[in-house]
Amino acid sequence: MNNKLEQIFSQIPSAEISNKENIYTIYVSKENLRRSAEILRNNDILDFDFLRDIIGMDYTDSFGVTYNLSPSDDLTIIVLLKSTTTDREKPAFDTVIDLWESAPFYEREVHDFFGIRFLGNEDMRRIFLRQDWRGYPLRKDYDNSPIINPVPKDNENLDDMENLPVLDLEDLGKPKKSVFDKDEYVVNFGPQHPATHGVLHLRISLDGETVKKVDPNFGYIHRGIEKMCEAYTYPQILHLADRLDYLSGSINRHAVCMAVEKGLELEVPQRAQYVRTIIDELTRIASHLLGWGAMALDMGAITAFVYGMRDREKIMDIFEQTCGGRLMANYAVIGGLMADIHPEFQKKVKEFIPYMRKMLKEHHILFTGNPIARGRMDGVGYLSREQAISIGATGPVGRSSGWSCDLRKHAPYAAYDKVNFTELLRTDGMTFDRYHIRLDEIEESLKIIEQLIDNIPEGDYCAKTKAVIKLPEGDYIQRVENARGDFSVYINSRGDKFPYRVKFRSPSMVLVNVLKHITPGTKISDLIMLGGSLDYVIPCIDR
Amino acid sequence: MFHFEVVTKWIDTFLMSNLPEWLALTIEFVLIGILILSAYAVLALILILAERKICAYFQCRLGPNRVGAWGVLQPIADMFKILLKEIITLNRADNRLFRLASFLVIIASLLTFGALPFDKGLHAIDFNVGVFYLLAVSALGVVGIVLAGWASNSKYTMIGAMRSGAQLISYELSCALSLMTIVMLSGTMQLSQIVEQQANMWFIFKGGIPAFIAFVIYLIAGHAETNRGPFDLPEAESELTAGYHTEYSGITFGFFYLAEYLNMFIIAAIATTMFLGAWQPLHIPGLDGFNMVMDYIPPVLWFFAKTFFCVFIALWVRWSFPRLRIDQLLRLEWKILMPIALANIVLMALWILVF
Repeated sequence: MNNKLEQIFSQIPSAEISNKENIYTIYVSKENLRRSAEILRNNDILDFDFLRDIIGMDYTDSFGVTYNLSPSDDLTIIVLLKSTTTDREKPAFDTVIDLWESAPFYEREVHDFFGIRFLGNEDMRRIFLRQDWRGYPLRKDYDNSPIINPVPKDNENLDDMENLPVLDLEDLGKPKKSVFDKDEYVVNFGPQHPATHGVLHLRISLDGETVKKVDPNFGYIHRGIEKMCEAYTYPQILHLADRLDYLSGSINRHAVCMAVEKGLELEVPQRAQYVRTIIDELTRIASHLLGWGAMALDMGAITAFVYGMRDREKIMDIFEQTCGGRLMANYAVIGGLMADIHPEFQKKVKEFIPYMRKMLKEHHILFTGNPIARGRMDGVGYLSREQAISIGATGPVGRSSGWSCDLRKHAPYAAYDKVNFTELLRTDGMTFDRYHIRLDEIEESLKIIEQLIDNIPEGDYCAKTKAVIKLPEGDYIQRVENARGDFSVYINSRGDKFPYRVKFRSPSMVLVNVLKHITPGTKISDLIMLGGSLDYVIPCIDR
Repeated sequence: MFHFEVVTKWIDTFLMSNLPEWLALTIEFVLIGILILSAYAVLALILILAERKICAYFQCRLGPNRVGAWGVLQPIADMFKILLKEIITLNRADNRLFRLASFLVIIASLLTFGALPFDKGLHAIDFNVGVFYLLAVSALGVVGIVLAGWASNSKYTMIGAMRSGAQLISYELSCALSLMTIVMLSGTMQLSQIVEQQANMWFIFKGGIPAFIAFVIYLIAGHAETNRGPFDLPEAESELTAGYHTEYSGITFGFFYLAEYLNMFIIAAIATTMFLGAWQPLHIPGLDGFNMVMDYIPPVLWFFAKTFFCVFIALWVRWSFPRLRIDQLLRLEWKILMPIALANIVLMALWILVF
């Protein structure tokens, strides 16, 4: 443990600290939790200003929360701040929403799944499930009988569309409070809307054309993936990971594979590492192309969208040939790859690289240099570096605000430590930067692929694994850089063939939080464009 | 040169000599009405197919290619589909106004269509204040659009209607001012006379620089009047789903759809009439041989070729540019286009004085 961390940790009262490969686990009592969080957040030595995630836990005899923290300057360090409460009737912890701007959504999520209340956070509405849902599904004693929560068979009134949301503050002894004023002009954007990139529901309050307030409402594609994982074996879980952020499915699957491999201490063949890296980068290019096109579409340029889709099709063809799937490649498995690469894989990829370079130039001519596009993007949607870190906006959005957060550099995995590439950073944090950085990252990804494609080592493509995979007891964390940022897998195992708890950190969810912060004061058209510039994927948020 | 005047004159004299005047006139009115309506519908079908094909080629696609050769029957299939669809009545909307709105839009568009000089003698409405009539009637459409947005009783349509009101009324100014520049040059507002004057040279050449500036301003402002990209804010698909006509279905939606395409044609046709000599062939003074050859091409063909050239420019712009924001849209009109159009009128006055 280095000196700085020792100094900080020594300030935390009565903490149990353990360390494993730069992951520091700190146990504190429920009373000391808030104090410990404040120490980690507000100290002069190393500021833990990036709250990656809040993970709720049900230990059957008690409830727990885990705060996954990192300092923004040194992403190699992970601190898991843990605490438990034995109160199963009304579990509660102190809130941290004033310390990290990413906390409100995470606390709502923990409350939704475990019924843990965060004292001081007024907004404890359900975030994924229906407001009238009975029970907390991720509790181990949850009763999933359809009698308690019947499946509606008739058409229902659209309660969440017609009525304004209300905060229930009865637990705190206060009257109910509406999120919007009674005479505000509130418009429902979504869940069925051409420009929300999925089933996201935004309630926006308007003053003429100007947006005053945004209230996101998730859960229209909530499939309970984390709950499903608890009943699935590890090889089965991989297929669910693909279906989170479907545009970077291969990368997410890679993350789950690595987390399990870490637990098994499995040596993955070099051939598999190289191919996984190439597939990841191809996925990233495909995702960025779609993100670019979708943003252009949101601004009304349909042709740009079609061009983006056309180029993405080339990658989909490569995937189809080698992996069998197109959108869901299903390629990585625990220990390596599902199958060896197709004999024409290298040839096809090498043809694709110069084609993509040529098309990138065309995209810049068509859209980047367009005066209307520049006029729309300039001077709108400023996200400062501090805010990006506090909200936890990783990936291209964080990097366009000047936060160096590329996990391929900070925590290299697979073959990323064997290639040369630059982490692109922009400093302005404007819409145009978020737009431009995606096109630039395509070029960087092409460079990575170029370095790897000719040097794929010979050998096995998959290590031998046991028929039944059981992870030893413990916490396993794996972070990867997917097309939208920091995608983390947290697996808590009790030595069984099923995980005890799985948590996926969604980079998209924080991006909606960014939208909530940067849109007030802009126009409706800007709201749509900013949504496009953040490029969130809804199934990843809803899980 | 063969003019349709021969045919129309012959029908007129034939009817007049054989029937009492009132009956002859009634038959003529009905005939003209049927002709205009069918031309309107057929043109809409052609335009829809043209747009789908052209935009497909811009986007490296093939476009419709299943119904008939090269998909020529696609718009007809679409037409039947739209005719057979249910017309949904809304629960909490003002249904009388709701229905009326779609008719208002198409009536305004039809009235303008009737005043276009397709050829000598193929020109239904020819007032001595023709330009004035065109501007007045085409501006009526905005009433229908605002009414549609209001009567639907939906927040999206309301925003679309407000945008549309602001946009159409603003751009009407530039449109009118740029047409006035040409009226100054011609000294008349009657369309047939304006066309006649362009026999030896089109106004865009005759009027020199100010006429060219007016032409460009008219194309931009006219394009904005048709509510098509990059000025499609009232129906901005990615923002307001479909803007003012979100709640319409079946043929009531079809009316908006038709009017949109025909308005694009009408704007192009007015540009052709005022700047490019309507049905007049391209004449260059001094080159008699060239002018003779040009005269062999029928005038109706000239009219449609020039109009479709302008339509093509509109399509090109629409499929290349992203959409403007509402404040940028209004700034473009009030701070850029209108001052230039006003200055252009002064320039035109000087031009007339000097040349």
